[in-house]
Amino acid sequence: MAVRIETLTRRRSWTTRFGDRLAEASLLAATAVGLIALTVLLWTVLDQGATALNWPFIRNFASRIPERAGIWPPLVGTIYLMLLVTAASFPLGVGAAIYLEEFAPRNRLTSAIETNIANLAAVPSIIYGLLGLALFYRAMNLGRSLLTGALTLTLLVLPVIIIATREALRAVPHSIRLGAMALGATRWEAVYKQVLPIAIPGIMTGTILGLSRAIGETAPLLVAGAAAFVAFTPDHLLDAYSALPIQIFDWVRRPQPDFQALAAGAILVLLALLLTMNAIAIVIRNRYYRRNR
Amino acid sequence: MATETFTLTSHRKRPVERAIKIALFGCAAFSVLITVGIIYTLLVDTITFFGNVSIVDFLTKANWSPQSGSFGVLELVWGTMIITVGAMLVAGPLGVATAVYLSEYAPARVRRVVKPILEILAGVPTVVFGYFALNFITPELMRAIYSDCGIFNWGSAALVLGLFILPTVASLSEDAMRAVPSSLRQAGYGLGSSKLRVSMRVVLPAALSGVVAALILGISRAVGETMAVTIAAGATPQIAFSPCASVQTMTAYIVQVAGGEASTGSVEYGSIFALGSTLFAITLLLNSLSIRFVKRFREVY
Amino acid sequence: MIVETELVRDDIPIPEEHPAPVFQVRDVAVTYGGQPAVEGITMDVPSDRITALIGPSGCGKSTLIRCFNRMNDLIPGAAIAGRIDYHGLDLYGPNVDPVEVRRRIGMVFQQPNPFPKSIYENVAFGLRVNKMTDDLDARIEKALRDAALWDEVKRKLKTPATSLSGGQQQRLCIARALATAPDVLLMDEPCSALDPIATTKIEDLMHQLKTNYTILIVTHNMQQAARVSDRTAFLTVQGSEEEGIIPRGVLVEFDDTERIFTNPSDSRTEDYITGRFG
Repeated sequence: MAVRIETLTRRRSWTTRFGDRLAEASLLAATAVGLIALTVLLWTVLDQGATALNWPFIRNFASRIPERAGIWPPLVGTIYLMLLVTAASFPLGVGAAIYLEEFAPRNRLTSAIETNIANLAAVPSIIYGLLGLALFYRAMNLGRSLLTGALTLTLLVLPVIIIATREALRAVPHSIRLGAMALGATRWEAVYKQVLPIAIPGIMTGTILGLSRAIGETAPLLVAGAAAFVAFTPDHLLDAYSALPIQIFDWVRRPQPDFQALAAGAILVLLALLLTMNAIAIVIRNRYYRRNR
Repeated sequence: MATETFTLTSHRKRPVERAIKIALFGCAAFSVLITVGIIYTLLVDTITFFGNVSIVDFLTKANWSPQSGSFGVLELVWGTMIITVGAMLVAGPLGVATAVYLSEYAPARVRRVVKPILEILAGVPTVVFGYFALNFITPELMRAIYSDCGIFNWGSAALVLGLFILPTVASLSEDAMRAVPSSLRQAGYGLGSSKLRVSMRVVLPAALSGVVAALILGISRAVGETMAVTIAAGATPQIAFSPCASVQTMTAYIVQVAGGEASTGSVEYGSIFALGSTLFAITLLLNSLSIRFVKRFREVY
Repeated sequence: MIVETELVRDDIPIPEEHPAPVFQVRDVAVTYGGQPAVEGITMDVPSDRITALIGPSGCGKSTLIRCFNRMNDLIPGAAIAGRIDYHGLDLYGPNVDPVEVRRRIGMVFQQPNPFPKSIYENVAFGLRVNKMTDDLDARIEKALRDAALWDEVKRKLKTPATSLSGGQQQRLCIARALATAPDVLLMDEPCSALDPIATTKIEDLMHQLKTNYTILIVTHNMQQAARVSDRTAFLTVQGSEEEGIIPRGVLVEFDDTERIFTNPSDSRTEDYITGRFG
């Protein structure tokens, strides 16, 4: 008996196919929501902030008068924080990751440390602020200083750097380690002379991305004593300081639209900073990925 | 025989190697110190706080007004909770839908564009979301629906918070779905199912543990978030149902006090640590739960 | 064995003549996390000869060869029982430094694994970590010559090693291992990732090398073992799930290559050689 071919094409009714098309469109629409939201957000910021962006804005100090207000101290504060946090967290984070990935024996202590780091990476940033408040601000008596802020952010960023570095180390083929050690290198020599050079680009990328997260953090700094109205840029580790996100927060809370515009301007500067850092991270990743393969 | 002078013992000094190993271990152990520090800090001031305030009152009353000495936390819990629920109503369906689309439908070109955009969204600092709530969401959206909406309202906070955690939910769910072996999909298609059916009835259930883990992680991030909710929802601790009402979250209160000049040892100072402990416990619980789901998912695939 | 003494550090004299076997293996067994991998291995590895380890997959050839340069130490959960003597010294003795062992006993792996550095730096690495940096250029040239690679790379020593072909990379790995003047070269299926022409080049190289080095080679290619080696050890898997015994590798027969391939003593060997199984 010949099979009637019509039945194969008529099998799925137009309603089902329409339903499928509708479903796909809905899913696409849902995906688009996030993209549209981001676009609207950036547009809002640009719209209000572009007017505020000019060189005096960047160079001025804080002021109650919107026309004269600028972001110089917060900008400097953010940059100082970035440098300090890098200096503190990079060696600690990379060191911890190297130990865990290359040297640690597979035992309970190691697992506990690893779980601990994973948990720390997920702790809300405000908790780090509380830790900074109690430990650096009060107990160590560092007060509302740049050092307090930097140390607080260092603790925040450390788990992120450790995890990123471990990923970079894991990406190095195991055969490299075996090859090096088969030639009579100690484990440290194998790591330091062969594995690390290959992993460095990945480590740097991860570190920069972790730092860019830290730059945008407001809550831990607020809780650990940053101020919004700082008259001067910090000269000394123990000086008072401000940071871009703090200034943004301060301006956003004021009802006058002029201050909202200032906030938008500061947001643009912050986003520009973040964009630069992320771009550098991506360039590093792309450039060295080829070289080391 | 020359074998007496022939040894296999080391001729190189190795104290440097040992020292390096110890230093590296120190770095790793430092991370434990951080956790100890957090727990100790939170506990000490929390215990002091509960020396002055009844823990029962704290946990069961809804009368948060520290100036007058009453510390019933339920209003702050309400603030955190209602905003989190609202955020998950946004990020949950949209995030999973995005994940399904990216994993099952999207051509490579689209993925290459969308994924970086989601990453950018994830990298935007939350102060910016707070700004967005005040300058767009409330005036354009909230007031379009409720014309007399307050400038600080939890609806806008929930919306922006949902946007903030959307990338997290989406990318983790997508990872889970992509990890489902294509043989399962092929089996579904082979039986004549449509793409929608396969995605919803085969892939999504298979990836369920991973998706649940993503959702739980989203909740955890929402609970711990501070700046967006502080800016958007205001500082009025109250149990209010209308999305136009202002509420205060636990995190917002901590920022309010710490930014002020509460003196050490005062009950107000202690209250932020009590709240901190609560937050820490909640997020720790949620994160452990999420990891458990991830482990369950990994076991299967 | 005649080792060119100028390449050896003065404070560790290597005996000039070695009629005795390089390795004496007595009842060696290796377990991974308590699970047996190989056991009951007793054999003498002769010096200046090529000894092949053959057998079906899972018989523990790679596990066994890794015992000779203590690379199993790097696998968590690995444990060795029994004794291996190297020139009369217990390889696993209490004061023995595995790093020193690996300087003297080189290894070449199945997949060529040059470092992502220049050809020069690849060969130099072993010399540098072992502080054999006097006359670096001459040592590197000698290693590359011994590995039959010098003429092909002498004009491009500073180019990346990864730009070489597979066969050349493997010869580079051999040169790298030879640079530290070992007296033993362990080769774990060195040709299985290479094409036949590259394989032939390496087999020819092995013939040249055996005048100065003891070579131990693991191969799943029987013809290669027959072509190249002087002595052959046949291992096989003993035990199975049906019998209720955890499978592990055992040494069935160890004899001159010619005897193994023409007149084996054990029926299991014969079955494997003739292709009845494995």
